[in-house]
Amino acid sequence: MTQAAAGMAPAKVTALSLLSLLGLWVVAAALSADPQVLPQPWQLVPPFARELASGTLPYHLGATLMRVIWAFTLAMGIGLALGLAMGRSERLNRWLDPWLVIFLNLPALVLIVLCYLWIGLNETAAILAVTLNKIPNVATVIREGARALSPDLDAMAHVYRLSPAARLRHVVLPQLAPFVAGAARSGVAVIWKIVLVVEFLGRSNGVGFQIHLYFQLFDVAMVLVYALSFIAVMLAVEWLLLQPWERRVRRWRTA
Amino acid sequence: MIEVRITGKRFGDRHVLGPVRFDVAAGETVALLGPSGIGKSTLLRIVAGIDADFDGFVSHADPLAIVFQEPTLLPWRSALDNLCIPHPALCRSAGIAALDKVGLEGRGDAFPGQLSLGQQRRLALARAFAGNPAVLVMDEPFVSLDAALTAQMLALTEALIAEARPATLFVTHARPEAERLADRILELHGTPAELVAP
Repeated sequence: MTQAAAGMAPAKVTALSLLSLLGLWVVAAALSADPQVLPQPWQLVPPFARELASGTLPYHLGATLMRVIWAFTLAMGIGLALGLAMGRSERLNRWLDPWLVIFLNLPALVLIVLCYLWIGLNETAAILAVTLNKIPNVATVIREGARALSPDLDAMAHVYRLSPAARLRHVVLPQLAPFVAGAARSGVAVIWKIVLVVEFLGRSNGVGFQIHLYFQLFDVAMVLVYALSFIAVMLAVEWLLLQPWERRVRRWRTA
Repeated sequence: MIEVRITGKRFGDRHVLGPVRFDVAAGETVALLGPSGIGKSTLLRIVAGIDADFDGFVSHADPLAIVFQEPTLLPWRSALDNLCIPHPALCRSAGIAALDKVGLEGRGDAFPGQLSLGQQRRLALARAFAGNPAVLVMDEPFVSLDAALTAQMLALTEALIAEARPATLFVTHARPEAERLADRILELHGTPAELVAP
């Protein structure tokens, strides 16, 4: 069995793995025998089609996606700059490391609640709460990358007087690429989950808001429709954006 | 072209370099010999401006180019980009000509990882000479090459220096290399290291 799996194409293994998960769902739904608790996968198709046709599903997916994009861009940009600066300057790192440890250990829920209390139940507070939750993780990962930057390439860039922009683009960022990819991948996964909590607690649209609504109505099917739809969107982001980008920046390794 | 007036260099409590004074004239090639660990590379890094933490002063004409012990290329950029990024004024055709000159015809699109060590060293030489340097410093540029490849690289370096005529300071521990390339040989000895008559 192991030898057979090892010989299979990666796409086949992925498909088989997902089918197994689906099979497990079917079995669990059959055992529960109550669509109110766990509907069969095919029982989600009619509500999904209805939400799609009415435009409600795309509207809420779009609202969540916009928040994810904003928070992701801000967290990656600020976390990258902070991590790079801390990795390059031991003095700055000594000053900011305690802050990083505190924010890393601050529960996401606390930051969300505080942002809503201090700023109000608005879009700024929602995006800021998600961004602040993610910045410490990005900064920590990038700091490790910055510490591993090659001193020889630094010396080369110094002697040939590369401009700061050229140094960043051609010398620093390519070395940080694996760390940026790691931070981006975990960032996308974590950010959308925090966005859902933010929407659950204090927004009037988005997937999190819809899940809150159907949680109150105890409508498991609709909760699953919205959750699975957004998982599909995030998988599309992973497969259509992140993985092709990663392949592009890694092509020199496989050439 | 290169004026070195170092009074001392320390790494913490370790006194590596004592007083070191010498000049390299335009078009002159000077070899710096000495046993391993004596401070030759440290001296070269000071001259190149990589290490600014020393007592004394060093001045040189510009532009300065360097050839490191290792090729020190950008592995994620093509061979041609490795020439054009440090020398943005260099147009594509001049870059290709510079590659041709060191025997890398048709390898402009190759990544450094696709080149042999000898080819990578040729590319590092091409990068150094592409900017028409007034000053060239080389840190054991032929180390870890076999005898045949060393002979090829020596001949290539000799030809490139003869054409560009930069003030050249190079570090080596191999006297035959020094005697072949240099107009003058300096030797470092002692702790802290100082120049002695060869």
